[in-house]
Amino acid sequence: MKPLLSRVAESVYWMARYMERAENVARFVGVNLHLRIDLPQGDVNGWQALIDTSGDAAVFLERYGTATPERVIEFLVFDTHNRNSILSCVRAARENARSVRETISSEMWEEINSFHLVLFDQAARPGPDSLPEFFQRVRRSCHLFQGVTDSTMTHNEAWHFIQLGRQLERADKTTRLLDVKYFILLPSASDVGTPYDDIQWSAVLKSVSGFEMYRKAHGRIVPIRIVEFLLLDGDFPRAVRHCVAAADYSLHTITGTPAANFSCGSEQRMGLLRSELDYAQVQAILAGGLHEFLDGLQAKMNRIDECVLEDFFARRAVTTVAAV
Amino acid sequence: MRFSSYDAEGFYDEMFESGGQPRGHGRLLLESIQSLDSGQLLRYKHAAERLLLQMGITFNVYGDSAGVERIFPFDLIPRIVPAEEWDRLERGLCQRIHALNAFLDDIYHEQKILKDGVIPPEIILSAVSYRPQCRGLNPPYGVWCHVTGTDLVRDHDGQYYVLEDNLRVPSGVSYVLENREVLKHIFPKVFEGLFVRPVNEYPSKLLEMLESLSRARGVRPNVVLLTPGIYNSAYFEHSFLAQQMGIQLVEGRDLEVTTGGVFMRTTKGLERVDVIYRRIDDDFLDPEAFRPDSLLGVPGLMAAYKEGRVALANAPGNGIADDKVIYAYVPDVIRYYEGVDPILPNVPTYLCWRDNDRKYVLENLDKLVVKSANESGGYGMLVGPHSTRVQQAEFAIKIEQNPRNFIAQPTLALSRVPTIVDDHFEGRHVDLRPYVLCGKEMYVLPGGLTRVAMRKGSLVVNSSQGGGSKDTWVLADAPSGGQFQEQSGQGQWQRQVL
Repeated sequence: MKPLLSRVAESVYWMARYMERAENVARFVGVNLHLRIDLPQGDVNGWQALIDTSGDAAVFLERYGTATPERVIEFLVFDTHNRNSILSCVRAARENARSVRETISSEMWEEINSFHLVLFDQAARPGPDSLPEFFQRVRRSCHLFQGVTDSTMTHNEAWHFIQLGRQLERADKTTRLLDVKYFILLPSASDVGTPYDDIQWSAVLKSVSGFEMYRKAHGRIVPIRIVEFLLLDGDFPRAVRHCVAAADYSLHTITGTPAANFSCGSEQRMGLLRSELDYAQVQAILAGGLHEFLDGLQAKMNRIDECVLEDFFARRAVTTVAAV
Repeated sequence: MRFSSYDAEGFYDEMFESGGQPRGHGRLLLESIQSLDSGQLLRYKHAAERLLLQMGITFNVYGDSAGVERIFPFDLIPRIVPAEEWDRLERGLCQRIHALNAFLDDIYHEQKILKDGVIPPEIILSAVSYRPQCRGLNPPYGVWCHVTGTDLVRDHDGQYYVLEDNLRVPSGVSYVLENREVLKHIFPKVFEGLFVRPVNEYPSKLLEMLESLSRARGVRPNVVLLTPGIYNSAYFEHSFLAQQMGIQLVEGRDLEVTTGGVFMRTTKGLERVDVIYRRIDDDFLDPEAFRPDSLLGVPGLMAAYKEGRVALANAPGNGIADDKVIYAYVPDVIRYYEGVDPILPNVPTYLCWRDNDRKYVLENLDKLVVKSANESGGYGMLVGPHSTRVQQAEFAIKIEQNPRNFIAQPTLALSRVPTIVDDHFEGRHVDLRPYVLCGKEMYVLPGGLTRVAMRKGSLVVNSSQGGGSKDTWVLADAPSGGQFQEQSGQGQWQRQVL
């Protein structure tokens, strides 16, 4: 296999992360828009929660003040000063892709470049015609990009770095989505078993395209089963356990270390996380507090990201320089 | 769209004879363009623009905020070069580049040409582009210019002239390849009935040439392309060529020099690099050898190159042979090393450091094109007939202050090609940049970049100054391939049909 430049590995990793992030923001905001129609009263908390879990709450407060649907949408979707808005993510993904055009396939580059052009063209026009349609298009473009990536690029080391970035980002976002919804659902204990409860949990599932798949697996809408499905299912592609397993597989393919062994910090921490999810039970998670558990997962994944940087991207100078 | 009201306005037109009759080689092309429904050509034009934008075939404009990308305007009407005309160009280019390589090897070794009094030594030694760091270097096969993009123009009588030798890091070849792709995609019918020589073997030829420079034996050499990065105006080309050749595109920060040679930093540690196709100017190549403030280059690269641990294309130091002052001596250079007259003439050139020449130039600033010796891309240039009195006065001061830095040439009535302007055709001035590869053998890409001055009346074709481009068709009498080789007689070049 041809060696891969550290800089290129880092760029494709971030290209994938930013594309996945754009898709997930579109999912988050899209599902809140739906809820707004179904639950006309008391949805303001939901919008604030969206900001709280984004990790950019302080920036939002400073620039926008209190959360209203319009402000939150502006901040999360169109605001190019927010580096995690959909527009910023797509721009960053494209910049990364542009710096590695010779590594990715032409089809991938053209897809991401066209997406960027269309998105910025639309954003420049006053008020996109229909927001749900807009989010739908973002999701579809991201899916298209993934499909093109999987079917036109050799599944080589660079491709596995793409996978690694995509899966880690996706796992992180599923934990955040679950956290937002759990936060909204907590104060409404009186709603348990009512149509509203059903609507909200269905929305959670739909936002990760998991509604139909959940139905096939578990049938009735039962919160504890939904949490189990999104965290611990081994086969559903947006379930955290599935994502971590896929990331772990790519990591081992990159290093060549046999499965269930480790040769570097990233592999060791990924292995620990994978085992934890493989043997976790949903009852125990809920008993210990879902929010705390999700927080822990996010911290562990951040640590893995740091380790990947140290193990593969950091430019280690080999020339020995005499100490001064 | 039709050509009935098209007017060549007294210029040499690549498509029409002076009487308004289409030239023989353009007849089929004209027929297929005129057979289109009204509006169809404009629809093709828009489709081509969309395609270029979508493919991200863009360049960065300096002076604008970082990262602003534009498409290079593309005109659908191709420029045609008939087979026999091309044949002469090929022979002329091979002769010229062969001589320039001999000149460079001589300048950095014995300097016989200076000792024999063909060129005054102070001209060479005073040039900014003369690199004492390159003295005594022995690049493989004695070749210094591995990739050349010579600028050719035609005057009102159709005569070709060499306008500039670009021997450092010539760019633009990616547009030659992409223009052909776009035209084939948008308007395939236009190729019917003609033998247009394909251009798409260029990346293979380039890779072959680069690999031949490696001194590593028995292993496939690791060839990389060194780019200044995504904000360079030619970044698209760098990534395109790397992709087409399947080699790594590296930046200076990806490389590291050790006592063992040059290495690139990969996820698995250091990997050896054998050949570097560098698209960074000499000045920025190595802060230890050239400009110490360069952040783009690789410290220690020149030392490794001198020790033969890595090959560089093009060789550092070439600037001395495409200096605009040295240019005036190239016909003598050809006679000196090849023993025959040049096949392709130079544009007559006035050297401002010569008293008589300077006097003439200062008196005729409104008629001449004045260029500074060390700038390219259409910067630092005065086009006399299109300039104001104030601009002329400014240039007069600059010339007086630093005569060595300026040359002047008569304003040529560059040839024109019909070009789509709004909803009709108008003539626009063009030049032609063919690309020549030189390793063990020479290869001339059958095609080239035809740059178009898109503004009415303008003679400046540079992309940074509002220029566009056209597909360039080199016709074959019949489908064939071929390669140029020097015959036993000195200075004779002939195509070897394979």
